[in-house]
Amino acid sequence: MNFRRDVFQALADPTRRAILMLVASQSMTAGAIASNFDSARPTVSKHLQILTECELLKPEQNGREIYYLINAKKMKEVADFIEPFRKMWDDRFNKLESIMKKYPRSRRDS
Amino acid sequence: MERKTKINAEEGKQDLVITREFDLPLELLFKAYVEPEIVEQWMGTKVLKLENRKHGSYQFETTNAQGSVVFRANGVIHEFSPDHKITRTFEMENTPFPIQLEFLEFEKLTDDTSKLSMHIVYKTVAHRDQILQMPFAQGINMAHNRLQEVVSKLA
Repeated sequence: MNFRRDVFQALADPTRRAILMLVASQSMTAGAIASNFDSARPTVSKHLQILTECELLKPEQNGREIYYLINAKKMKEVADFIEPFRKMWDDRFNKLESIMKKYPRSRRDS
Repeated sequence: MERKTKINAEEGKQDLVITREFDLPLELLFKAYVEPEIVEQWMGTKVLKLENRKHGSYQFETTNAQGSVVFRANGVIHEFSPDHKITRTFEMENTPFPIQLEFLEFEKLTDDTSKLSMHIVYKTVAHRDQILQMPFAQGINMAHNRLQEVVSKLA
């Protein structure tokens, strides 16, 4: 199973995106996260589990509580995900530009 | 380094937009999409067919050093408006990827600069994300590099 697809599937859900937004500002316990949503507590737990499994969230034991914090490294990976595709087009377009810059002037108006 | 080519791909959507500004007059930018021998140079693939008209079709093919086909794509042109737009389908042959729809818009910025915007619509969100995956993009680049090897040996 490709972990990248899992990450994107995790991000495709609006509640899970909202959880990430919430936790991005400060680490929170499952209870504190759940209090921001109308969904039932087990539903939020399931979302936290998915986000943790694909490493977008990191659980951290703090005394008796587990705090969830965002995994910045993983989030950056997701942002970088598109880079090879962008680079491929950038290379092509750079080539296009240099070829056309050399395009004979005499033929330009034809 | 300045990122001239930008990609806007929103999460959970089945499309994306590639934009690029060129230091080229609009006419030259458009020409690079229309003349087969120029397309071959910058796309790094052979152009088997390129009919620049409504309901025309096109076909690209890339072979490796051994001469076997590593990439072949084709499509149908739905709209063709010189110096303005091309709307076409794009299909990669012998791959599980569904056909995609491409809206290319060419725009004059100044007498010497122009802009291309390429809006690609995929069948599903999952297909878009799959296509964006690294191994795939690298696969095409590899085909690309192999072709360059061949060309440099010929030269």
